Amino acid sequence: MGNEEKQNKVLGEGKGKYRVIGTRPVRPDGVDKVTGKANFGADLNVADMIHGRVVRSPHAHAKIKSINVKKALALPGVKAVITAADFPELGPGDIAAGEVTVSFHDMSLTVIARKKALYDGHAIAAVAATTPEIAARAAELIEVEYQVLKPVMTWKQAMDPTAPLLHEGQITKGVKPAPEKPSNVAARSEFALGDLAAGFAEAEVIVEHEFSTETVHQGYIEPHACVASMSADGMATVWASSQGQFMVRAYVAKLCGMDISKIKVIPAEIGGGFGGKTVVYLEPLAVALAKKSGRPVKMVMTRDEVFRATGPTSGGHGRCKIGAKKDGTITAADLEMEYEAGAFPGSPVMLGCMTGTTPYDIKNMRAVGYDVVVNRPKAAAYRAPGAPVAAFIVESTMDMLADKLGMCPLELRLKNAAKEGTKAPYGPKFLAIGYEDTLLAAKASKHWNTPLGPNQGRGIASGFWFNIGGNSSASVALNEDGTVIVVEGNPDIGGSRASMAMMTAEVLGIDVSRVKPLVADTESVPYSDLTGGSRVTFATGKAVVEAAQDVVKQLRQRAAKIWEVDIDQVEWKDGMAVAIETDKYKPLSIADIARMAGKTGGPISGKANINAAGAGPGFGTHICDVEVDPETGYVKVLRYTAIQDVGTAIHPSYVEGQLQGGAAQGIGWALNEEYVYSKEGNLLNTGFLDYRVPVASDLPMIDAILVECPNPGHPYGVRGVGEVPIVPPLAAVANAVSHAIGKRVDSLPISPPKLLAKIQSKG
Amino acid sequence: MAKVVLPLDAARAFANGETHVEVDAIDVRSLVKALDQRYPGIGQRLRTGTAVAVDGEIFQDPYLEAVRPDSEVYFLPAIEGG
Repeated sequence: MGNEEKQNKVLGEGKGKYRVIGTRPVRPDGVDKVTGKANFGADLNVADMIHGRVVRSPHAHAKIKSINVKKALALPGVKAVITAADFPELGPGDIAAGEVTVSFHDMSLTVIARKKALYDGHAIAAVAATTPEIAARAAELIEVEYQVLKPVMTWKQAMDPTAPLLHEGQITKGVKPAPEKPSNVAARSEFALGDLAAGFAEAEVIVEHEFSTETVHQGYIEPHACVASMSADGMATVWASSQGQFMVRAYVAKLCGMDISKIKVIPAEIGGGFGGKTVVYLEPLAVALAKKSGRPVKMVMTRDEVFRATGPTSGGHGRCKIGAKKDGTITAADLEMEYEAGAFPGSPVMLGCMTGTTPYDIKNMRAVGYDVVVNRPKAAAYRAPGAPVAAFIVESTMDMLADKLGMCPLELRLKNAAKEGTKAPYGPKFLAIGYEDTLLAAKASKHWNTPLGPNQGRGIASGFWFNIGGNSSASVALNEDGTVIVVEGNPDIGGSRASMAMMTAEVLGIDVSRVKPLVADTESVPYSDLTGGSRVTFATGKAVVEAAQDVVKQLRQRAAKIWEVDIDQVEWKDGMAVAIETDKYKPLSIADIARMAGKTGGPISGKANINAAGAGPGFGTHICDVEVDPETGYVKVLRYTAIQDVGTAIHPSYVEGQLQGGAAQGIGWALNEEYVYSKEGNLLNTGFLDYRVPVASDLPMIDAILVECPNPGHPYGVRGVGEVPIVPPLAAVANAVSHAIGKRVDSLPISPPKLLAKIQSKG
Repeated sequence: MAKVVLPLDAARAFANGETHVEVDAIDVRSLVKALDQRYPGIGQRLRTGTAVAVDGEIFQDPYLEAVRPDSEVYFLPAIEGG
């Protein structure tokens, strides 16, 4: 990479403070994963298993007039065929308000269409047969009669008053008085602070611009996969790769009309999710097929199906206007955005409105968002849902403001940076945050101070994500030899087994190699919310710390019994029970007490079931250097540094990995990734050859600088880290390219043909 | 009394557009109950898909969180994530 320094470093308070936290042990699941022994969703095979296949709509928008399954059922080897008629019909009022609000009505129609196909790839029916080949042949024999309708593919087409409606009777929410006519606009959101008009009146410089982005997919390597089995007494077992075994259980129960207690979900390893596996697609179909056939059913998506029918995240469009004093003090900001929700309402535009301007202390602001349905797959979460597009729009406008003011873009950000006590656009004041520290770290970095060559440009951009807590359960059990098992209910996506083991070891004062972490099924650990929202190391970590503290209390009690003293006379220090103020008793190790457990009251274990509050928000600042080939429009990323306030980094290598992964995905979003549709609404790039994610040879080493501003809401200062790193890259890259070519890049992706046209244009 | 800021859409739909109100309550449950008595129907809206920030700290599934007489309370959309 040619960088003079190895940038990965940890700055801040957490460094060197702990015995285990902050070290970099080998991950507990690492060997299995690199040797191919780990079991992912598609790896499971069970006795008597048959294979499922989904029939998908070839049309982006069509009425389903009839489905004839007779020929498929007649094919030897076919054991079951299902359609929407095999599932309960859920009404618009079927919602769950818990971790997030979920419309089961829309979810059921995403899993399998009932009256209308709303995107290319929409599931219409499913079949199970003795081999995958017979299942595929049977799927071809299912006859579906469609009445093809005109597709509505973009927010702009959808908002045209003459556009065909995806959902008859959809009245825009969030508008008063409510519109009389239905439209494709599902909802309008608005957030505001201060007096916008007065803020702009106070401004001495104003910039305003429009931006656009395209639909992109989370791009996880592992396709969706599951196996479902039904016993004769109606008990279901589901093996699935997902971001939450309890999420799968709850959604399958609702969509299949079953009691939660009748479903057991066993989590497989997960080969990437990034938010795209916080929903179900195959699992309810597999359960219904297993129920109908009486055989276990395995379903594995092809890559084509993954692109056409899962994920993606919204393409968007927006206008941003920012006013400032000549010294750079921002006086007002106005943001208006339209996000494509896909076939059902629920784009993350509201979260975009809440995050776009959040890095800055802006007294007068407004953010308005429109949630627009189009004939594309329903948007699923993707790291920091809604924030990257909003940040692209705002951070690009900030760059334009810096240009107009003749001010360094980093200094402009520093001047307006949100601090403790700053009011966020969504209302509350921030507690301890480290945004300013990320800017100061950027300013001090060698990267920021290295000169550029011809055709090269440097961009800087910042980003914000809330981070969340939520429900988590954990248990810590002491084995007879003093080793420990920690059990959690969250699939390990980003190294959480390691961080849970490390926090357990820290509390118990033992070596992390003596702690074995385990991700349990839904019947072996109490409920936990899914793995997402950057919540697991924070919230499940908090549960693990409490469970380990419970064990420490019991260890002290057992030592007190052995010594015949009061528990208050025993402290836990460096993994040993130590008698206070006397050397009469030899300290007892955890292994000593474990050996005596049977004689002092039985096995020792601790547990915690919590709804964790106090998640600390996260801020990041990224620097990107690019070189543009003026003859082809090709952009090469030369150097990239991601800086983030990560709270306390439990395992710094995995935290750096989160920053690097988010940056890589954001660079792909900025430069190449997009859904390309035909004019009939068929997705044309359904494989990784045509949907171009960055590969290692496309990228430089991504340097990570961890700023540690501990979160007061966690016993070790943990903040979530997985969402923030994908927020700044879109704008960091676009700002770098804009500086390299001397023109504002305002449309993503910055693919070579588009950029070449921009370079050659007069504007 | 706690200073409460309502979401714009809820304020428009139930509270004549009034976003800033003062409520006497000891926790989020009693605060929502008091708001529902003042603005009939707003309770259901505030209990569905809504997080609450009390003095800067966000609670995703709020119910029993304490509210002090000088607290600042904001109702926000529940936040998901990837």
